[in-house]
Amino acid sequence: PPGAAPAMNCRAEVLEVSVEGRQVEEAMLAVLHTILLHRSTGKFHYKKEGTYSIGTVGTQDVDCDFIDFAYVRVSSEELDRALRKAVGEFKDALRNSGSDGMGQISLEFYQKKKSRWPFSDECIPWELWTIKVNVVNLANEQERQICREKVGEKLCEKIINIVEVMNRHEYLPKMPTQSEVDNVFDTSLKDVQPYLYKISYQITDSLGTSVTTTMRRLIKDTLAL
Amino acid sequence: AMDTDLSSQDRKDLDKFIKFFALKTVQVIVQARLGEKICTRSSSSPTGSDWFNLAIKDIPEVTHEAKKALAGQLPAVGRSMCVEISLKTSEGDSMELEIWCLEMNEKCDKEIKVSYTVYNRLSLLLKSLLAITRVTPAYRLSRKQGHEYVILYRIYFGEVQLSGLGEGFQTVRVGTVGTPVGTITLSCAYRINLAFMSTRQFERTPPIMGIIIDHFVDRPYPSSSPMHPCNYRAGEDNGAVYPSVEDSQEVCTTSFSTSPPSQCVFTVTKAHFQTPPPVVTDTLKVPVMGLAFSHQLSSSRLSYQPAALGVGSADMGYPVLFAGGLNAAHPHQLIGPGKEGGVPPIPSQPAHGTQADQERMCTPLDGVHYSAATPSSSEDTETVSNSSEGKCGSPHDLLETIFIRKVGAFVNKPINQVTMANLDIPFAMFAPKNVELEDNDTMVNPPDSPETESPLQGSLHSEGSSGSSTGNTHDDFVMVDFKPAFSKDDILPMDLGTFYREFQNPPQLSSLSIDIGAQSMAEDLDSLPEKLAVHEKNVKEFDAFVETLQ
Repeated sequence: PPGAAPAMNCRAEVLEVSVEGRQVEEAMLAVLHTILLHRSTGKFHYKKEGTYSIGTVGTQDVDCDFIDFAYVRVSSEELDRALRKAVGEFKDALRNSGSDGMGQISLEFYQKKKSRWPFSDECIPWELWTIKVNVVNLANEQERQICREKVGEKLCEKIINIVEVMNRHEYLPKMPTQSEVDNVFDTSLKDVQPYLYKISYQITDSLGTSVTTTMRRLIKDTLAL
Repeated sequence: AMDTDLSSQDRKDLDKFIKFFALKTVQVIVQARLGEKICTRSSSSPTGSDWFNLAIKDIPEVTHEAKKALAGQLPAVGRSMCVEISLKTSEGDSMELEIWCLEMNEKCDKEIKVSYTVYNRLSLLLKSLLAITRVTPAYRLSRKQGHEYVILYRIYFGEVQLSGLGEGFQTVRVGTVGTPVGTITLSCAYRINLAFMSTRQFERTPPIMGIIIDHFVDRPYPSSSPMHPCNYRAGEDNGAVYPSVEDSQEVCTTSFSTSPPSQCVFTVTKAHFQTPPPVVTDTLKVPVMGLAFSHQLSSSRLSYQPAALGVGSADMGYPVLFAGGLNAAHPHQLIGPGKEGGVPPIPSQPAHGTQADQERMCTPLDGVHYSAATPSSSEDTETVSNSSEGKCGSPHDLLETIFIRKVGAFVNKPINQVTMANLDIPFAMFAPKNVELEDNDTMVNPPDSPETESPLQGSLHSEGSSGSSTGNTHDDFVMVDFKPAFSKDDILPMDLGTFYREFQNPPQLSSLSIDIGAQSMAEDLDSLPEKLAVHEKNVKEFDAFVETLQ
């Protein structure tokens, strides 16, 4: 199924970066992890009388190898693996597409709205982040060194942008009851609980049109009808 | 403001949230300047001591300092909590890098739910703080601290003082959280003009290298709280768990109710755990600097001159600074302060004649200017270069190799002093060093330093170089190669400098040489009678010839 168009109340943010080929993965991970740091909570533990307690989220520093940059991510190997998988596919698609090296990766947060049979559940996005990537080719080591630093500086700006958006305290899904929690959060990880999200990407050909649209569901939807 | 809308329980909770938020803010900031990577674990079961559902360790000394600064008060309008991050070099110069401000303004949000929304938003704000502390320039500086400088923190409460940040400082906002009693704002003002202080307001402390020191002595500033080094070990080895939380023994276990919101259940329990006695602070002040420096001193004959801060001008000699293999693309640029984001071109002696083989200067890799400004000017990027000898690796390496020179690279000639007029250089580490040929400086010939045996120092030394390939930090001589500007190895078999030296004094023409002239005259005189005889013999032919000309 094609990507869901943003709903009326879905806020959309766009970030753009120009990177060298070998920097794509780290730059994407830095941005995605920073967003998910803000969009993950500890695991909910529901108790009697409709109360719940929240687990603890750990964090860790990550140094980039190809960029003069460091970022903080949530301490969850499962989450890191999921992001690396998606970013790896994006990077491969960029490389194999033969395009000019332009593409975008999207991180969408959504809620599930249960529908009655025979209709399947709706996915209603409430926040969409799009990272536009432009891959540059560099001629020599000197340019690569400069690129390391420049991209590092650019990523610092992106982090500040992301934090600005997060600070607006705009719409967030209501905290769910126990029966509703899977419609709001991804409860499949064992140590943290991000909001339900999906990652998709597009590779742009030189004409600017979208050549490939690939949807990768990283959350197991329970849609066996 | 009258808080009639706020229940007393809510008010108590809010005060507690703000207090612990302030303490956690300080922890995040200081830990982000320790110079090492932070890692905490997620836990699906709430432990009861993790405020805001985040695993942020509590360094006891930091909590202690924060509480001392707050003195039982909370951030309020006009009373902000500030964490000042500064850099202190081995020579005792210090410079403010950042001021993190936790402030409260009067804009109240009466409708907001304290124990639910405010709490979660404070948690979000701490996450933002974790992210932002890694993107200001001081982060990268702090990751490379330990040898030439340390990063210090200072907490104060009251009015924000930004004057020490130099001109043109920038501000980044971390975030805000509205509460019924005001809006909490968290921001950071950071210096971008590094290595040059326009006002001379730093304290003089004696240099801390040249001798092994047992502790890093901080002179308390007269009217402000003392500085503390960010990087320290609380006496345990790596991987140890920090001692438990604050000594008030109060933890916050929040239970949230999902429906309806008004039935929020909020419990505060007293945890029954032991609080260890506060760690004695002077064990935390570690001789990182002294250790690293004395090691360097004994191996590389460094020469230091305590910067003459406001006491006369600092005469800077030619720097004898090279990192092996760097091409000096701008030979007349000094590594110096002054211009934001770059290296100022400072007029120096023309490099020709007998001075051609004297010291050259090189500009550091652009990476050293990570601190100067985020956008480094394009002219600096030209200096990044590789030679066949290999690249000078990370900026960290460069920063160290700046102070290493090969013994014997001295040319035994009087060194022309370049006086950088009106440019006192307090941060000598960023500027060329004064070269002292005489060994009257005890810094040059320090007493032999014993090998470090203390595990504390040892672990620090090995861990001090984090984040970059600094296996050679305590290595010694770097081969110094004189590489004049624009010299290319692949065109001429010799480099430009050698060519220039060889051909700048071409030999004189032999005919102009006095010796040869004298020799030929003697020969001429000797052969004169012979020639006269020949001419007399042929006189008739000569006469006939002359007649044909008439």
